[in-house]
Amino acid sequence: MTLAAPTPTGNAVVASGYAARRALGSVLSFFRRQPVGSIGVVLMLIVAFAGIFANVLAPYNPTANDFAAMTQPPSWAHWLGTDQLGRDLLSRILFGARTALVVGVTSAVVGGASGLVLGVGSAYFGGRIDLVLQRLLDIVMSFPLIIMALAVVSIFGTGVHNVIFAITIPLIPRCARVVRSSALAIREVPYIDAARALGYSHRRIILRHMVPNVVAPFLIMLTSFVGQAILAEAALSYLGLGVQEPVPAWGLMLQGGAEEYATTAPWIAIFPGLAIMLTVFGINLFGDALRDVLDPKLRDR
Amino acid sequence: MANTRAFASRLAVVACGIAAALSAPALAGETPKHGGILTYVIPADAPPSFDAQREETYATIHAAAPFYSTLIRANPMDPASPVMVCDLCTEMPKPTDGGRTYTFTIRQGVKFADGSTLTADDVAASWNKIIFPPRGVISPRQSNFLMVDSVKATSPTTVVFHLKFATDAFIPALADPYAWIYSKAKLDKDIHWYEKNIDGTGPFRFVRYDIGQSITGVRNPDYFRKGLPYLDGFKGIFAPKQATRVDAIRSDRAAIEFRGFPPSVRDELKEDLGDKIAVQESDWNCGGLVTPNHKRKPFDDPRVRRALSLAINRWGDAPALSKIAIVHTVGGLTFPDSPLAPSKAQLEQIAGYWPDINKSRAEARRLLKEAGAENLSFTLLNRNVDQPYKYYGIWLVDQWAKIGVHATQRVLPTGPWFSAMRAEDFDVTVEGNCQNVVNPLADVGKYLPHTISSGNYGNFEDQHEIDLYNQMLRELDKTKQKALLLAFNKYVLDTQAHGIFLLWWRRIVPYRSYVKGWKIGPSHYVNQDLGTVWLDK
Amino acid sequence: MYRYLVNRILLVFPTLFGAAALVFALMRLIPGDVCLVRLGSGGTSFSEQALQACHAELGIDRPWLVQFGQFLWGMLHFDFGISMWSGKPVVDEIASRFPISLEVALIATAIAVVLAIPLGTISALKQNTWIDLLVRTVSIAGIATPSFWIGIMAILIVLDLTQWIGGHPWMPPIDYVSLWKDPIRNLSIVALPALTVGYRYSAVSMRMTRSAMLEVLREDYIRTARAKGLLEKIIINRHALKNALLPVITVVGLEFAFLIGGLVVTEQVFNLNGIGRLMVLSVQNQDYTLTQALVMVVVTIAILANLVVDLLYAWLDPRIRLK
Repeated sequence: MTLAAPTPTGNAVVASGYAARRALGSVLSFFRRQPVGSIGVVLMLIVAFAGIFANVLAPYNPTANDFAAMTQPPSWAHWLGTDQLGRDLLSRILFGARTALVVGVTSAVVGGASGLVLGVGSAYFGGRIDLVLQRLLDIVMSFPLIIMALAVVSIFGTGVHNVIFAITIPLIPRCARVVRSSALAIREVPYIDAARALGYSHRRIILRHMVPNVVAPFLIMLTSFVGQAILAEAALSYLGLGVQEPVPAWGLMLQGGAEEYATTAPWIAIFPGLAIMLTVFGINLFGDALRDVLDPKLRDR
Repeated sequence: MANTRAFASRLAVVACGIAAALSAPALAGETPKHGGILTYVIPADAPPSFDAQREETYATIHAAAPFYSTLIRANPMDPASPVMVCDLCTEMPKPTDGGRTYTFTIRQGVKFADGSTLTADDVAASWNKIIFPPRGVISPRQSNFLMVDSVKATSPTTVVFHLKFATDAFIPALADPYAWIYSKAKLDKDIHWYEKNIDGTGPFRFVRYDIGQSITGVRNPDYFRKGLPYLDGFKGIFAPKQATRVDAIRSDRAAIEFRGFPPSVRDELKEDLGDKIAVQESDWNCGGLVTPNHKRKPFDDPRVRRALSLAINRWGDAPALSKIAIVHTVGGLTFPDSPLAPSKAQLEQIAGYWPDINKSRAEARRLLKEAGAENLSFTLLNRNVDQPYKYYGIWLVDQWAKIGVHATQRVLPTGPWFSAMRAEDFDVTVEGNCQNVVNPLADVGKYLPHTISSGNYGNFEDQHEIDLYNQMLRELDKTKQKALLLAFNKYVLDTQAHGIFLLWWRRIVPYRSYVKGWKIGPSHYVNQDLGTVWLDK
Repeated sequence: MYRYLVNRILLVFPTLFGAAALVFALMRLIPGDVCLVRLGSGGTSFSEQALQACHAELGIDRPWLVQFGQFLWGMLHFDFGISMWSGKPVVDEIASRFPISLEVALIATAIAVVLAIPLGTISALKQNTWIDLLVRTVSIAGIATPSFWIGIMAILIVLDLTQWIGGHPWMPPIDYVSLWKDPIRNLSIVALPALTVGYRYSAVSMRMTRSAMLEVLREDYIRTARAKGLLEKIIINRHALKNALLPVITVVGLEFAFLIGGLVVTEQVFNLNGIGRLMVLSVQNQDYTLTQALVMVVVTIAILANLVVDLLYAWLDPRIRLK
């Protein structure tokens, strides 16, 4: 369906494709040029570090109840205080970073990769395949997220894998759309026709020529997906559909007890909230900077 | 944050205030005032219908009980008392025919909201619909009345209940707060009429229902108790989120919620509002329970089931848990405040209730080893409800870890949770047993094998248990009843460990202290017609 | 253009059909049914006869194909049937919740547009100055914070503030009244949720305005206009903003459509009796008929919004219009 209106990101993205490889090469210049984006990178590194080394860093077992130390305010023994079951909040937040990374990165990568395949495939083959694929993606995209998530959780139960599954599905069509519209623009470029005329295989044309050209918008989107997935997990948890106790997860820490103790023990609610906010904030700062770097039109002269 | 303000002086008062509110039910010594509208929050989404004979949710009771009367009921001035009193009858009858016939005299001059007069026919028709529902009529509690043989109106003012056998379980069952009396004429015209309409003889009359949001009632000028109700009207607002309800009471958008809050809410409201908040507390006729699936290995082995119970530190952890969840009292299968409940010394003889938790856990490990189930790991099915299911879940996982048992939770919303239990698709499940009027003999029916009790998901057969139950149900001597109940407790909890009982719930109702004339009982289903409630404003 | 229009409209139907099939299947894959939830949620045991009577009454035991056929047939003449949960017509159930969601969505949109366009424009014009940084930081924070958290905090702050100032904690009423009946009460109910949603919404739109504006400002015709010595104000208002608004309209339009069914979490926080809460409730109650109808309503709105945005785009953008 070549008649589709280009999406707003599509416009920016088409042009950015050509510059992708050049810009990606220089990490150092990113730091020099994007001080704000660097803050984002630092925040992301802190979270990654916390998540990877949680078992070394955490002072307590994140799931052990301690009824002798319930709802304690921050102190030397418990830097961020304890929750209503006496669990150490710092330890839970550190391990929570791991859950956030797993949920965020897996959803983003799986959702993004599926979107990439569908988007590029749809654009390259065009015709009937494109038409059918687009309708399928339309359905998923217009379908209320919450029903999908509720159904997934009701059918399979609320484990980390199922939550990731529920969060990933809606990301696929969003990615596929953007990728498709950038890929469509590439398809019209003469050298693809040339490659076809030379009898190159589909696989080779797609992998060698089309995929590299949609990498820039794809990467920008992937970053934002990580943040969105972490927020989606929090929202699902709030509705009681997220990761399950006693797994340490930030969204889960904001649900139930946190709301109940918001006035009497505010630290239970504030620290996991801050963790989510700073992480997603960092990811978004980085994403914005990446976009500015990869898109020559937005680059400051 | 609210707690940064100087409430230090008030804090000291909190404890005294709670104690005072508990000891003085605020009924005596004050003259009730007439007038005013009571606004309260209902802790649920709107019920499917306002037909209590059909529904199972308290949302129906909390919304529409003020429009209806029942035949007999718990005493509104003392809902915890095991002695039931008349609502639509004139006097509690003495049974005749060896305890098998109860003859009730019905009040005269009682009017339905549509103006028609209530007779014994209406009472009999309602009870027949509840106990002997015709095809296509849903009556979820009909199995509570297995002892009833027939219900007949023998004159316009007399209703006779004939029982199959004499039992002390009958009168508490008859005080079912869901057993609203409907008009026979309406039922004859359309037996489903009450699923869509409201017409009763209660202290209030229905005004309007805003779908899914609120229900409004106004004083019934023809109410058969002269001078009641005190209120001019009421408005019940559905508010499923706890935070909303707490905020609403704090800001006086609502005066009370009748179900029960966790203790943290009581403390928070007391701290913020001091003596503007009164609190009533009571043990709750609801308890948490773990059921192992006897059809799954190794839970077919009583030693494994007993080990799971032995691992749980009930006495030690109950005080801490009762600070954060609506659970409180250690007890067996029988409601702890009932005169028939086992004493503490008796309980301590039962596995899982031993006073020494270390000894108990050592025995648990020994049993697991003996049964060849060391390093057991399984999935714990749980329901997607915060209070108290999730707290039970977190607690249990931690307790079992202490005997080397690894449990992972599988939490499902209500429908799929039921479905998994019914399909026998679980290892061990967390569930609850919530009854209304305390009926010690009948309430343990839940623990009988599935063939007798459809609400038991343990998947086992046990004729001995059934015999014990039947003997108990027919026993009329209180001392012997108590001994049989103890034997039943010991058999179910220890010998067979068919069920692992956790803690009894605690009902804590903090409310605006200008609400008077309402007395807490052991069930949130009971005493909700608001007839005696008044506002001191 | 005409062919595009017809094509675009015709393609709505397969999407609708697909959504119908999807929700139908999803609902029935969930174990259990409405009768179990209705009879069992009280926590007491219920009799088997009651369960069977309930199944028969609702006809859930009929073959799926029959049920699906009935669902589609009903939809074709706008008959959504009876809610399996409440026994009330589905249309009544939805109609009683629709106004509140619509009102919140409309006010949130207004807030978003009023904030986003000027702020986004300024941010782009002053790229990399402290104003730009401030606006971006505040807006990214809006996107980065869980919206239910903002809501919970907003209520608490209002309660604490009023208690601190006047001694009596105050919060908005928790039972909705329509705007015509009692405008002040209505607005005091809707204000907080609309602000909470509007904040996030304006953050998204602001970023879009900024990047679109940046893009346009680099275009040749703006440079030409500047070279001609046109007043900066005229350049911005007449030329740049007009073109930059296209993608902004898209975002605003699509977000609005999303909001109708996407207020789920906000409605929970503020106890609003809206479409989002009804949706969660109907899935949890396993009320097939109501969920199906709700999904079809929400999907239709989303598709229509998409369609309108696309058509608007085609109409405004000559490159597409002429194709």
